[in-house]
Amino acid sequence: MISKKIDQKLIQLGNVHHFIMRFFKELVMPPYEFKEIINQCYEVGVKSLPLISLTGFITGIVFTNQSRPSLEDFGATAMLPSLIAIAIVRALAPLVTALIAAGKVGSNIGAELGSMKVTEQIDAMEVSGTNPFKFLVVSRVLATTIMIPILSCYTGFVGLMGSFLNVYQHESVSFISFFDQVFETVTFLDIFQAIIKAGFFGFTIGIVGCYQGYNSSKGTEGVGKAANAAVVASMFLIFIEEQLVVMIVQSIRG
Amino acid sequence: MEKQLSHINYQNPVINISALRKSFGDLHVLRGVDLQLFEGENLVVLGRSGTGKSVLIKIVSGLLSADEGNVNVLGQEVGDLDEKALMALRLKIGFSFQNSALYDSMTVRENLEFPLVRNKRSLTRGEIDKEVREVLDSVGLLQALNQMPSELSGGQRKRIGIARTLILRPDIMLYDEPTAGLDPITCTEINNLINEVQQIYKTSSIIITHDLTCAKEVGDRIVMLLDGKFERQGRFNDIFDSDDARVKAFYDYNFIA
Repeated sequence: MISKKIDQKLIQLGNVHHFIMRFFKELVMPPYEFKEIINQCYEVGVKSLPLISLTGFITGIVFTNQSRPSLEDFGATAMLPSLIAIAIVRALAPLVTALIAAGKVGSNIGAELGSMKVTEQIDAMEVSGTNPFKFLVVSRVLATTIMIPILSCYTGFVGLMGSFLNVYQHESVSFISFFDQVFETVTFLDIFQAIIKAGFFGFTIGIVGCYQGYNSSKGTEGVGKAANAAVVASMFLIFIEEQLVVMIVQSIRG
Repeated sequence: MEKQLSHINYQNPVINISALRKSFGDLHVLRGVDLQLFEGENLVVLGRSGTGKSVLIKIVSGLLSADEGNVNVLGQEVGDLDEKALMALRLKIGFSFQNSALYDSMTVRENLEFPLVRNKRSLTRGEIDKEVREVLDSVGLLQALNQMPSELSGGQRKRIGIARTLILRPDIMLYDEPTAGLDPITCTEINNLINEVQQIYKTSSIIITHDLTCAKEVGDRIVMLLDGKFERQGRFNDIFDSDDARVKAFYDYNFIA
């Protein structure tokens, strides 16, 4: 019984490996689906903007509010912009963006491809001379890999704006001195690691959503399971990746 | 009245299947199937649900692979083809799915344009539009051009699904349960459409069904899948002139039940 379960897990792991390898193979081989990639970038990026804006802005305000009392105890509220800049740029912006995208974009991809699978739309694409993997999977994974870092930068900016408004309201710090302090604190390595990390998050959201949807079965029940599994698995992997990146960057900093 | 067979070229089989076997785990679906489809012929494959009828045409189109046996389509061994050659062969095969499989995020026009745009990149916008209108007109649904699939009835979806396959002018049509879930009048319309497609587009077709009225109206030849093999074949009346309990039960269920 246990060995059967282990066998199944190993087979699944093999299938995931095969799926990822196929993605890289199809990625480099022509024809290239530029139009569909742009279309998916729009779906992932532009359509996520309202939610990302709201979440990023609120994250900035809440984090500032929550940090103030601790700094007040030491009379160090002047350090708020530095503290918030580090937290938002290094961790919060990519993480919040990725988690929101895993919920919104990942579930959408899982459900859409799952639905296409069980209604034979993917088969229909295949028999009409189109490579469905390239058209559906490669375009979506590329779109999430490109757009999540861009959205993360945007979330960082919106979060800092939310934080500035809060700081301005309580400490009357000007816009220029707030952002002077922000850019004095944040290093190139902070921004670089955040963008690279967001790229990995985006790839994870795309590939997990596509894998779950593309391999779904059992009718409408399977579609729901694919969407659910896409969100749960991507969120889990995002936290693991976050931890790995923190460890790597800390070792670089020495 | 039975259909005339003068349009069939019996010297030229477009599909030649021999000793085909396919299993899913312990379930042996096809157990040594031999079949030929001749140029211009409408061949009906009859059988109960779950007997592997759909599996057969999915193997013909390369969506599934055979465990054993040979499947030769238009002179090419499907199992031996690489991805590129298989894609090229598929352009000559139209596949009408049981549930139509229309892309539900696209309009009818976009559904029909999709295979054209992707496979005939030299066509101008005007030529694509002309092709789409022509093929939609041939299935009698020109007015549905800008509708979404969700706005169409089951019969209309079937017609659009057939139109989408016809737009690439295939030599072979594979119909998977074309009348399943439709009312008798719409069934008759779909049967007529299948016969029109045969005449106008000069296609050779395999029609998978368990609807005997459909089999009678569209079939030039009928084969019956029993226990994983084609045990009976011929014209409609020949097929059911049998004492085989499995055949009689199938006939009685369709026309008496």
